[in-house]
Amino acid sequence: MKSTYAPLMAALTAAALFTGTACSSSGSSSEEATDPNEKVSLTYWTWAPNMDKVAAAWNAKNPNIQVTVNKQDGGDPAVTKLLTAIKAGSGAPDVMQAEYQKIPTLVSADALADISAEAGALKDRFPAGAWNGVTLGSEAVYGVPQDTGPLMFFYRADVFEKNGLSAPKTWDEYATAAEKIHKANPKQYLGTFSATDAGLFTGLAQQAGASWWGVQGDAWSVAIDEPKTQKVAAYWGGLVEKGVIDNKPMYTPEWNAALNDGTQVGWVSAVWAPGVLEGSAKDTKGKWKAAPMPQWDAAAPATGAWGGSATSVTTQSKHKKQAAAFVSWLNSDPEAVKLLATEASVYPAANDAAGALTSPPAFFADQADYYAIAAEAAKQMSPFTYGPNVNVAYSAFNDAFGKAAEAKKATAFTESLTTMQKTTVDDLKNAGFTVAG
Amino acid sequence: MTTSAPARRTGTPYAFLAPALILFAAFLAAPIVYAAYLSFRKVKVSGLGLGARSRTEIWAGLDNYTRSLTDPDFLPSVGRIALYGLIVVPTMLGLALLFALLLDANRTRESVGKFARISIFLPYAVPAVVGSLLWGFLYLPRVSPITDVFEAVGITAPELLSRDLTLWAVANIAVWGGTGFNMIVIYTALRAVPVSLYESARIDGASEVAIAWRIKIPIVTPSLIMTFVFSLIATLQVFAEPMTLRPLANTISTTWTPLMKVYRDAFTRNDLYAAAATSVIIALATFILSFGFLKLVGRRAFNQED
Repeated sequence: MKSTYAPLMAALTAAALFTGTACSSSGSSSEEATDPNEKVSLTYWTWAPNMDKVAAAWNAKNPNIQVTVNKQDGGDPAVTKLLTAIKAGSGAPDVMQAEYQKIPTLVSADALADISAEAGALKDRFPAGAWNGVTLGSEAVYGVPQDTGPLMFFYRADVFEKNGLSAPKTWDEYATAAEKIHKANPKQYLGTFSATDAGLFTGLAQQAGASWWGVQGDAWSVAIDEPKTQKVAAYWGGLVEKGVIDNKPMYTPEWNAALNDGTQVGWVSAVWAPGVLEGSAKDTKGKWKAAPMPQWDAAAPATGAWGGSATSVTTQSKHKKQAAAFVSWLNSDPEAVKLLATEASVYPAANDAAGALTSPPAFFADQADYYAIAAEAAKQMSPFTYGPNVNVAYSAFNDAFGKAAEAKKATAFTESLTTMQKTTVDDLKNAGFTVAG
Repeated sequence: MTTSAPARRTGTPYAFLAPALILFAAFLAAPIVYAAYLSFRKVKVSGLGLGARSRTEIWAGLDNYTRSLTDPDFLPSVGRIALYGLIVVPTMLGLALLFALLLDANRTRESVGKFARISIFLPYAVPAVVGSLLWGFLYLPRVSPITDVFEAVGITAPELLSRDLTLWAVANIAVWGGTGFNMIVIYTALRAVPVSLYESARIDGASEVAIAWRIKIPIVTPSLIMTFVFSLIATLQVFAEPMTLRPLANTISTTWTPLMKVYRDAFTRNDLYAAAATSVIIALATFILSFGFLKLVGRRAFNQED
């Protein structure tokens, strides 16, 4: 079937492209011919809010490179659409927001263009961890870091005060605080273990020093079922088994209600949490405080990430140079970075972003040091490598930890890692990857 | 009109058929053939799989099928929908038949019947995703008014999305959404029965229950068979309800039903080949079950037309 249709589709696509080129003002025939006055239009898939306003600032200055923002539902659906377009041979945008954990998957599907020639020089403008996320440790550059999501701890200051507690500095203190709060009021929990948020658990493992994937020569290695991650799983499993934190997923109507009515009084989350809390816990405004993450070793503070993305140029773009220029401007130009922070409400990845973030987010209006804590956290980010099948590991996490959280058994939590490890390795082997170890 | 070129005469019917045939080929036959083709293919990665052209599609033989059938999540998901079908199909069809009979027994009071008919049918008009979201809110203790009612009476409300009750919670949504449609099908068949049959039965001294049991139900058997086949197919394809409830609960896995496994393989794992193989298996199972059932009940299914 494929061979019957392929020539037809190719002919149709070619005809469409030809018509498109004929209509535009310039007569350029290939992407190599870069006439500086050539007018090009770029499409840009992103799900960050108000990105059209950021793009408008670029469009005003670059009449020949006009960017059209195409709003996406979120990271997962955008990736699914992009991979489908890549398989179909057409339909992908020129520029695409891509979460760090999706970049290996996208690169391995040959969806992201190497823009090292255009953007390689930006290396020193970003934290090493974020830059590693777009190079995958190679010479190629598959995008420019846009934002990062360093983990932080958010808690109800009034509840802590009532119980004579201060923000936990270590995970031991977090456990003690969770127990104390739940004992004082059996309806209150300091947090919940969410089996639907693999990204958060990954960040927690990252903080403990784990790096689930790795490259050994020509082979991938997978280290999910290893001591550091086991420590994290056993810790949360223990809290769930004791019943001092909840076992229900985050981002449900139930969880929103619990944040708002004061039964969930803490949240291990990331720098973008104020935006979420503003929506789900609006009745508690002014009662929350942000703090650095509780630590495994207070002497060697570390943190992980939850979320964060880069802006990439796709392999289907006909104007890679122009697209790379836009991507570089978007994430490193001081004006653009400021717009990213103020309009798109992301925490820009660029090193000099701190200047753009002077006043705290509205939900934490009283906490003047909000972005100082965030900047400190961003610096303490542990290195972490994502592999080409993050989605497989994440869906294995959902299933295995869903069962474990429901069973409320600490042993089930650590056993879940064995399942995740096996599923991830099996998938790599099945796809024909060489797996080390 | 007396003479026309023979070539034209033979060509004409095909010209009339062409639109239907082209649409059938382009939107049904071609995708099916392509899916079947994909199910025998797989991707081979060389090295780290990071550079361009490091992936090649190769012939896989029956690999995808063996992987699909031996997947530890596949058989449990089949078992789950079997149990789900055992709950949903009899409950839904039983209720549909009961409502249709009640409405039909009440032929004189047309306005009451019309209101009842519409209100029973209405849930069918609610999209499954919307219905599941509504029920999801009702199932979550903190946002559910049901919990408030239980607490007001002093009973601990059951956790409807816990391990033991999730299947029932999902089945409930299907029954709520599907009863109305099946009721209308059965009711329409009942309306086609001539009143004279009932009149003669009454003269013979038959009660309403006896009329329902001995006249109405046998007459609507073809409709019951048809609704059964529809429900069977819907059971094999259950997807929207558990998929919508999944983020709300720990108890619904990504492979809770066979179609959810197809979705996970295709869109989460980006393994279209495994998804195609599982799809073919589900399609074959649907085909065998529905035609097998129709063969079993034989001519009774179609005796209306005979």
